[in-house]
This record gives sequence, C-alpha cells and structure tokens, in this order.
Amino acid sequence: MDIKDIIKPENLVYRRTPLLTDKPLSYCPGCGHGTIHRIIMEVIEEMNIQDKTIGIAPVGCSVLAYEFMDIDMQQAAHGRATALATAIKRLLPDRFVFTYQGDGDLAAIGTAETIHACNRGENFIIFFVNNGIYGMTGGQMAPTTLPGMKASTCPFGRDTKIMGNPLKITELVAQLPGTYYVTRQAVHTPNAVRKAKKAVRNAFEYSKLNKGLCFIEFVSNCNSGWKMNAVQANKWMEENMFPFYPLGDIKVPQPEKV
Amino acid sequence: MTEEIIIAGFGGQGVLSMGKILAYSGIMQNMEVSWMPSYGPEMRGGTANVIVILSTERISSPIVNEYDTAIILNQPSLDKFENTVKPGGTLIYDPNGITRHPTRKDINIYSIEATEEAANMGNTKIFNMIVLGGYIKIKPLVSVDNVIKGLEKSLPKRHHHLIPENKAAIIRGMEIVKTK
Amino acid sequence: MGELRLMKGNEAFAEACIRAGVDAYFGYPITPQSEVIEYLMAAKPYETTGMVVLQAESEIASINMCYGAAGAGFLPATSSSSPGISLKMEGISYMAGAELPLIILNVVRGGPGLGDIQPAQSDYFQATKGGGHGDYRLYVLAPSSVQEMSDFVLIAKEIAFKYRNPVMILSDGVIGQMMEKVELFDPIPRRTIEEVEKQCPWATTGKKPNRQRNIITSLDLDPYRQEKHVLKLYEKYKRMEQEDVRYEEIQVSDAEYLLVAYGSSARICQKTVDLARVEGIKLGLLRAITLFPFPGKRIAELAKQVKGILAVEMSTGQLVEDVKLSVNCSVPVYHFGRTGGVIHTPTEVLDAVKNLLMK
Repeated sequence: MDIKDIIKPENLVYRRTPLLTDKPLSYCPGCGHGTIHRIIMEVIEEMNIQDKTIGIAPVGCSVLAYEFMDIDMQQAAHGRATALATAIKRLLPDRFVFTYQGDGDLAAIGTAETIHACNRGENFIIFFVNNGIYGMTGGQMAPTTLPGMKASTCPFGRDTKIMGNPLKITELVAQLPGTYYVTRQAVHTPNAVRKAKKAVRNAFEYSKLNKGLCFIEFVSNCNSGWKMNAVQANKWMEENMFPFYPLGDIKVPQPEKV
Repeated sequence: MTEEIIIAGFGGQGVLSMGKILAYSGIMQNMEVSWMPSYGPEMRGGTANVIVILSTERISSPIVNEYDTAIILNQPSLDKFENTVKPGGTLIYDPNGITRHPTRKDINIYSIEATEEAANMGNTKIFNMIVLGGYIKIKPLVSVDNVIKGLEKSLPKRHHHLIPENKAAIIRGMEIVKTK
Repeated sequence: MGELRLMKGNEAFAEACIRAGVDAYFGYPITPQSEVIEYLMAAKPYETTGMVVLQAESEIASINMCYGAAGAGFLPATSSSSPGISLKMEGISYMAGAELPLIILNVVRGGPGLGDIQPAQSDYFQATKGGGHGDYRLYVLAPSSVQEMSDFVLIAKEIAFKYRNPVMILSDGVIGQMMEKVELFDPIPRRTIEEVEKQCPWATTGKKPNRQRNIITSLDLDPYRQEKHVLKLYEKYKRMEQEDVRYEEIQVSDAEYLLVAYGSSARICQKTVDLARVEGIKLGLLRAITLFPFPGKRIAELAKQVKGILAVEMSTGQLVEDVKLSVNCSVPVYHFGRTGGVIHTPTEVLDAVKNLLMK
C-alpha cells in the first residue's frame, strides 16, 4: 500500500486545528500548555466563533500564547488579564472573551483582579493553568506550590510556617455570586483531555447566556521546573497535586426554575 | 470691573453653596466668574472658605491674597481674613458668636444678624441666603432676579419649591444689613 | 454658542468625555478628583451613548481596563490624582509600548507619598519624561481653566488617535476643584463598531476571514526588533514636536522679563503680569499648554529679547529644567514656587520677579 492510499479524508483520525498557527510551540516537551491551547482552539473552531473570540495572554510561560492561537489577542501586564477582559467584554458584549493565565499571574500578583472580575460576574471565561511553580522565570515558588514541594525560592520545600499556605483560588472564586461555572480539569491522559475539552465547550456555551464568569482550572505539570521527565511529572502530579487540588466540577449551573 | 470676594465660616453654614449661587448669578448677568473652594476633610464644623470672583473681563488668578469684600461668618475666619481686605474694601460679618470684633478703620464694615434672623424666620438653613441678601444690598453687582435665576440653576429641581422661602431670606438680608 | 454651565473642572472633564464620544471610563476614587466618576455615574451615559463607566477595584485594574478597551479600538479615559497616577504608570507604559490611545487626567496633589490633597504641580517630571519604565513619552496638555478641562478632551481625542499614544491632561487641585463658566461643545456620537474597525484596523475586535489576526502587545523578545520599535515611537515624539506644540503668550511683545508657567500657576502669573505692568515693569508670560512636546523653541527665541526668565511652578523646580535646556544658558533662568500643596500668590510671584529676575 502506497502512502497516497493512506492519506485520504476517510482515513483521517486526527488533524491539527487550523486555529493553531504553524509556529512551533515554545513550551517544554511534556508540558500541558500545548494540549490546553489545542482543546481551546478546537472548541472555537467547532463552534465557528473565530471571528467573535478575543483572547488575553498573561505574563508567564504562556506570555506568547498569541503566537500560537490564530485569533485576535491582547497581551496583558502581569496579573491584569481579567481587567483587560472586563473592558473588552463590556464594550463588545456579543464577543467571546477569555483570559489564559498561570498560577503566579492569576493567584499571586493578579489576585485582586481575579476575585473582583469573578465577583462582578463578568461574562468571560478564565482558563487557569496551575502547575504549582513559576516556570518561565526558572522554577520559583508559586502561590499554589504544595506544602513540602521544592522550588528555587523554597529549596528545602515549602515550609508553610514561613512561606504560608498554598491558595486554593478555584474553591475561593466558586464561593462568589458572580461565578457561573467553576471546574477543575487536567490534560495528562486521553480521558482527561476529553473531559477537559467538554468543560471548555461548556464554558463557551455558558458564555452566551451572560450569566456570569466561567472559570476552568487545569491542574498541570512542569517537568522542567519540577526537575523530572515528562512521565515522572505526570505521575507526581497524580500522586501529589490531585489530592490537594481534586479534579471535578466545583460549581455547576443550577437548572432554571420553571 | 472685578470683584474679588472671600466667604469664610464653619463647614455646614452653607459657605460653599452661597458662593456657588453668587457665581451663578454672575453668569446670569453675563459676567466671568470663578469659584475656588478650600477643600478637604472638614465637611462639617471645620473651617470652610471660598473665593468668588466676578468680573467683566477674563479672570486671571482664581486665587488671590487680598479681597474687595470679605464675608465672615465665624471668629477664626474674622481673625484670619480681616487683614486681607483691600484698603477701602468691604467686610460683612455676622456678630453671632464674635467676641473680638473687626477693628480696621480703612475699610467699610457691615454687620448682619443672619443667625438670629434665620431663627426668627424659623429655618436655620436659609441663614446663608440672608447673608447673601446683605451682600447684594451693599454691593449691587448682581440683581435679585439674577440671584434667583442662579438659585434655580444650582438647586436640583426637587428643591425648587424652596425658592420662594430663599427669596424671602435674601430680601430680609437686604433689609437688616447695617453699618457697624 | 454652546450650553453655558457653572462647573468644577473635574465635572467639566467628565461631561466632555461623554460629549466627545469617549467609549469608556474606568476609574477609582481619590481626592481631589473623585467628582469625575461621581459625575459620570450620576449622568449614566451607558443608558444614552452606551459609554461604559466602571469603578474598578484599584487604579491598577482601571488602567488595565483602559488597555483592554483601547486594544479593541475604543477610546478609553481614566483619571486619578498623584498617588493613583503612580499606580497607573505600569499600565501607561504598556499602553505607550503597545501604541494605544488613551485620555488620562491627573489632578495633581501634594507629594511625595500620600502627601496631602491640596493642589501641586510636582508631577511634572513624571508626566513629561514618560513616568513609567522604558523609552516613551506622553503627549501632555496642561489646562489652566475649567473651560480647558472640557476643550482639551477634544484635543486629547484627536492626538491619541493621530499618534496612537496616551495623552495626559495634567491638571491640579485648583483647576479640578474650582468652578467657572464653561461653554460645552455639542455632543459627538460614539463610533459604531463598523467605524471602530475602519478607523482601527489593528484592533482586536475578532479575526475576520479576510485579515490576519490582530495582536496587541508591548512585548518583543528580539532586541533588534525592539530597538526598531522604540525608534518608531521616538519618530512619533519628534513629529509631535514639529506639529503639535501648543502655548499661549501674554504681554510678551515688549517684555523685558519673562515668566514661564503652566496650569493654575499660569493663571496666578497672569495676575502677576497685571500687577507688574501697573508698576511699570515690562513683564510677560509664556504659558506652556503642551508640556510634552515642550515649547522650548519659542522660549529660546524669547530669550533673545528678555533679560531673564523666571519659571513659576508649584514644585521645587521641575519645569525650570526644561526652560534651562531650551535657552541653553543664553539668559539667566530662575525658579520660584511654593510646594507641598501650598499655592503661591500673585504678589509672592511679583516679589520673586523683583528679587531674582531684576536684581
């Protein structure tokens, strides 16, 4: 059988969504960012809303997200993505607007903006990638670094007596009246990816209702920062991150009262 | 013609609003006006003052350090501003609560018993309009009609039913102001 | 003739934003400029023109809301007073880097730190030399009347789009808090989304199939490209100096001595000029209306005519440095001014004219 016999539309089982650009991803091999980028772009493609979607890139590893996503995007100052999104969505209420932020951006420097955007019930989506470490700057402690977990600014492990506790910001924002849908997902297995993509789709669909903010946390890995290979990192994530940051829906829309 | 006025008293006496109504009256009379308040946290009970300038020409500095007229409503303001009146200028004050009266001989001093009169009229809130009436009697730069128009402009519509009472206060002020 | 009103400077600015068709205002209260957002919230333009008005959780959030709005092609405005402007400076630097239009009002109060709430002009350096990090400038307008607090919104709007650069209106507690007669200009409708997309083809309004995606960013990790970008910004600032310098001259034609001032200080100096003329002193005033670009060329010309220049400002000497650079030691340049929230009087300035300039 010739290769030409194989490359036929009916044999296609996977294709890269055209909403990801040709630019090679700058993320480390094994990092979750690439998969998360992909499922968001796939949903935008499937919903045919490329011309109606505006994304906000943060400061952190995904600072260059706009290089990979073929949609209109803005790049925000550190922690301020939700402020940008607030303005854009209020001025363009028929557009889909999302922020894509890491743990340092969203849960340390941007905590005020995060909480107030959630509390005001802004009608955009927050994608929050939590890998418990500052990847881009070289593995420093994050607000979500686990107790005992090592990072370059807690080289002997996070001592909560000195460095304080990790912040479960997703549970926190779920308490606020302005959030409509809050869930925690992962992308480390095919099954998890399928579930996560379903959650992304839900968020975009809920976004049409203008009923409040949709917040999806992705618990992810950082094999470079964690100083592991990709397989070890995923295993470590399952054994350590998931018990502290359990996957699943935290706040789901209640069926409308008839 | 330029008239530079300082109005000074306690916060809550209506110093700023009296100035505002006077400034609006000036506009109604096609004058240039400026209204520069002292501002800050002392909303009630502290000292408040406002510089109002009425002029037939473009107003240069909205802040001046000597005045054609000083309208003084408490002792601290009298102590502070008596010496800032230009020679030949005018000082109008309410003697209520004043123990050290003005002493300058080179200015025209008038008194107006506005606190007492407002109490007689049964509404302490019109105190500042009585004082304003006294001022426009001494310095008829703006007409009573234009003061009423200024009042209409500066009062929200829901308070317009109070205008007749305020007008009466202005007229009363014109009657009771007297040379010291 | 437009509508006449007696308004505070802060209120005139707010009303002018609505009438100029500004698309959004994001702010945070701070004395002495809180009337801006109070006025806007009472006017409810979101029910009439669709202008978005939002009290943000901080100055930082509000300036970044402006970034988002401007990146989508809209014209945002914000306002604050000195300490709040410092907080906004990061966002302002980002907006200058990303070449976004913005109107920002600073109603300056005494500093440094929390300082006080009385009028000052001590943020001149911050306003005219960039203010935030990096190689950039703001176009800086200095109103000296309540009328100009309104009129300059229209100039700011034009300049913000002409250069795709933030414009700062550098006011102070005097101009913000005082009331004067204002003639309001007739309302200009806000642009429709189609007009926004036509005027700002670079804006992130959603990628249409017929164009590349639009990206709003101030980041370029390649230093050679970044250098090119900064030089492009620099060209804009040069162009501002050639095309958009603004100033006003008061009694300079026969002046032997010159005052240079801006904002409320220029109003005080006008009175000083009048007082001086009564005494036979040939004093003139150059009022800088744009502080960047600075009217240095004109001041250098006047330096050939006068015996000396006094820069008058409510600070210990910031404007005076630009005056000195402009005249390049050709005549003596002195500084006078009260600071920390104290306002100099016309007679104090006249005394300084006699004691410094005429000595």
